[in-house]
Amino acid sequence: MSALLHVEGLRARVGGQQVVEDVSLDVADTGVTALLGRNGVGKSSTIKAILGIIERDGTVEFDGRPIDRLRTDRIVRQGVAYVPEDREVFASLTVEENLTLATRQAAPNRGLVDELFPELRERARQRAGTLSGGQQQMVSLARALLNDNRLLLVDEPTKGLSPRLVGEVTRVLRTAAEQTPMLLVEQNLQVVREIAQDVVVLSGGRVVHRGAALEFLDDQDLVHRHLGVAA
Amino acid sequence: MSTLVLLLITGVGLGALYFLVASGLSLIYGLMHVLNFAHGAFLSLGGLLGWEVGRRVGDGTWGGLLVSMLVGMLVGALFAIVTELVFIRRLYNRHIEQVLVTVGIGLAAVALFEGIWGSDPIITTKVPWLRQTTEVVGARVPNHIWLLIGVAVVVLLAIVLFLRFTRFGLVIRAGVENRTMVTALGIDVRTAFTIVFAIGGAAAGLGGVLASVYYGNVSAHQGTSLLIYAFIVTVIGGLGSLTGAAIASVLIAVLQQLANFYLGGTGDLIIVLALAAVLLVRPSGLLGRAA
Repeated sequence: MSALLHVEGLRARVGGQQVVEDVSLDVADTGVTALLGRNGVGKSSTIKAILGIIERDGTVEFDGRPIDRLRTDRIVRQGVAYVPEDREVFASLTVEENLTLATRQAAPNRGLVDELFPELRERARQRAGTLSGGQQQMVSLARALLNDNRLLLVDEPTKGLSPRLVGEVTRVLRTAAEQTPMLLVEQNLQVVREIAQDVVVLSGGRVVHRGAALEFLDDQDLVHRHLGVAA
Repeated sequence: MSTLVLLLITGVGLGALYFLVASGLSLIYGLMHVLNFAHGAFLSLGGLLGWEVGRRVGDGTWGGLLVSMLVGMLVGALFAIVTELVFIRRLYNRHIEQVLVTVGIGLAAVALFEGIWGSDPIITTKVPWLRQTTEVVGARVPNHIWLLIGVAVVVLLAIVLFLRFTRFGLVIRAGVENRTMVTALGIDVRTAFTIVFAIGGAAAGLGGVLASVYYGNVSAHQGTSLLIYAFIVTVIGGLGSLTGAAIASVLIAVLQQLANFYLGGTGDLIIVLALAAVLLVRPSGLLGRAA
């Protein structure tokens, strides 16, 4: 296993406030690396900083090449897809327009998307803002899976979903991760247990633990100390 | 009755002029969050150069007017593109600096235009038909009003079709809603910024030529005067909403005409009061999204 994404000394600010202090992590070139931590420790900000959505400094290398000075759109065009927290679908656009906008290649993976989210086909002409939370999450995931990416950055995909939808989204994430490595921010530790191979744990904007997912989740003391919950 | 009809139709005509300026302002703010105080300069230059070229082709002829309109659009678009590429692009998300720079461009441009064309309005020659009137329900409506309304409708339709059926239009509509997410889909939104500036500049340049038809003169200050009304219309319609800008343009211009006639020339006061009322009751404007 080697690192597809290498982050060293990443710091980021939002509105002048430091939200990522000093994060160093590697994302393997296969499987799922979960980024864990309590609320507000800088998980989502770390992903946004990697993508250059928020002001940052430090080293970010993708496939051995620095991307920390590139604009967000150029990073994404190198094959880094982003599924944001809270979906962020374009509410006034239809489902089809959301997908068309996200398409970067001449032959998008419409077959895969239709297979994973058959409901979206039926709702192609519906405005995305009128969809349920679960359906919006499908649109958000579909936008990422339409293209042949080399890395997926997925931020809290099961947040606010019913248990049935959490199971569905987990299935989609597992399928996606078979093809494309993933850095996953996730609060639901059962989802992490099912699909992640590695974990990186943040606290106070810094990495406080990294290792194998199951080893971490099976250590109740460690989980309780860093996440404040039982695994 | 005929007076009311006349006021309503001329109000719609004036609204058409406001819309040509406000449409660009609204799109530019909606996508880029730039309050473009240089927009009036696009209008003035479009009007002045349109008049210069048009009168050489045929003063007071349809051919000359058509060429004026094309030159006005082209000049407005080019001025806007240069402004965006040279100044605004370096100042994304630096709103105070954007305001200062665009105010500076607006002031400098007017000074430059005064240096070239003088500070007094230049009387323009209208196409004979545009000097005549058409009777509608007893009211004699100046024909140039029909031209203004017709052109504004065509511009509105063209922009709507562009936004609805082209890839750039899709990017712009999405960008108005969530620019960061558009970028996070791998789209270089800066190209859309330039296109929006060009569209806004072209509409303003066309507005400059039509303002010279409406007022019967062209001047270095015309853009600055109309910009104030365009900002009011843009805010009332809802920043970023093209439809809102179109509706607000007509409402405000009709209100202004009625107040000027029936309330002793208080049109300007009334529209400022209307702005205050909208901001108090519905701060996001008629069709704007809540912040």
